[in-house]
Amino acid sequence: MNINLTLFSQALTFAILIWFTVKFVWPPLLAAVESRQKTIADGLADAERAKHDLELAAKRSADILREAKEKAGEIVNHGEKRASEIIEAAKAQAKIESDRIITGAKAEIDREVFQAREQLRSHVSAIALAGAGKILGREIDAKAHNDLLEKLVAEI
Amino acid sequence: MSTEQALTPSSYIGHHLSFNVKQVAEGGFWSVNFDSLSVSVFLGLIVFGFLWWVARGATAGVPGKRQAFIELLFEFIDDQVKGTFHGDRHKFVSPTALTVFVFVFAMNAMDFLPIDILAWIFHNVFRQEHFRPLPTADINTTFALALSVWILMIAFGIKVKGLGGWIHELFCAPFGANPLVWPFNLLFNLVEYVSKPLSHSMRLFGNMYAGEVIFLLIGMWAATGLAGTFFGALLGGAWAIFHILIVTLQAYIFMMLTVVYIGMAHESH
Repeated sequence: MNINLTLFSQALTFAILIWFTVKFVWPPLLAAVESRQKTIADGLADAERAKHDLELAAKRSADILREAKEKAGEIVNHGEKRASEIIEAAKAQAKIESDRIITGAKAEIDREVFQAREQLRSHVSAIALAGAGKILGREIDAKAHNDLLEKLVAEI
Repeated sequence: MSTEQALTPSSYIGHHLSFNVKQVAEGGFWSVNFDSLSVSVFLGLIVFGFLWWVARGATAGVPGKRQAFIELLFEFIDDQVKGTFHGDRHKFVSPTALTVFVFVFAMNAMDFLPIDILAWIFHNVFRQEHFRPLPTADINTTFALALSVWILMIAFGIKVKGLGGWIHELFCAPFGANPLVWPFNLLFNLVEYVSKPLSHSMRLFGNMYAGEVIFLLIGMWAATGLAGTFFGALLGGAWAIFHILIVTLQAYIFMMLTVVYIGMAHESH
């Protein structure tokens, strides 16, 4: 167990191994590990951000939904109001129309009555003449008594 | 195992604890433990070649099982360093910690290999009389690592605080800047600087050496007969399982102390 030249040979071996590891082994391993650590850290940060985004999106969608509901309610109200308005307007229109129709019908009736009366009047003179002729037993000269008859008819 | 000499417990253990020494020049110091050196270089090539291969093909996307395993190791080391060292750790300290942990772990793990089968292979295939496959049970290896860390510690101390600041700290910490306590401060710091690499290297060496010796004792028991073989195998398995903990723990402790020493060099008192 004596110290000999092996000491320096082994020290040289050791020095070469240290140099080799410092130069060729450690840097690529460090680069790979650090790069992967960065990838993982980035991935985690991305996931965190995505989660946050999702929360925001959920909140926004809820807002939009609420707004849409409000709007739909408004539209329904508005529609109902409009419908009742239309119905009211239609009612008014119908009233006017019916009044107009009634007025027209009344005028028609008046005209018909007048016409019937005229007709009746003309027939009355003929009937009266026929009746009178039968009573007198002879033909009445229509021309001669026309004036009288006209006056009679006018009195009816 | 040597078959030429009679097999006694002491020759068995002594044989297994002999290094494969190659003399490069005259003198006791100028020799190399060829077994420790070759095994650690071989492990360095295999293990760090594998790490390099995985790191080169590393993708930032979904990792494969191989990459995931290396990343597990990466993040484990980086977490440990993060808790101890405050500064730009990716530039030097973390990769150094990775090197120390992986290298020491791989060398410690050689203790799991069955010693007598390895000895047979080295004797009969490679014609080597002695071969110790566990580099961290060689004080040269652990002391080389600890000394390298010690040099790094001093270098970082001087780099961060400046030479003046570092010398100032030698004299003025930990007891204060009063000139009366300067000798005590210096003595204290010297003891610390001497004890750090010693304890650092001796802890690992002691644990691995003891583990190896226990394997040898169990192996020796297996040579006594059928019952010895059976219980030796059982105990050897149990010790190997327990040794997984020691191997990992010692590699971890060695790495943590490295990080702590270098981290302390960065902090001013």
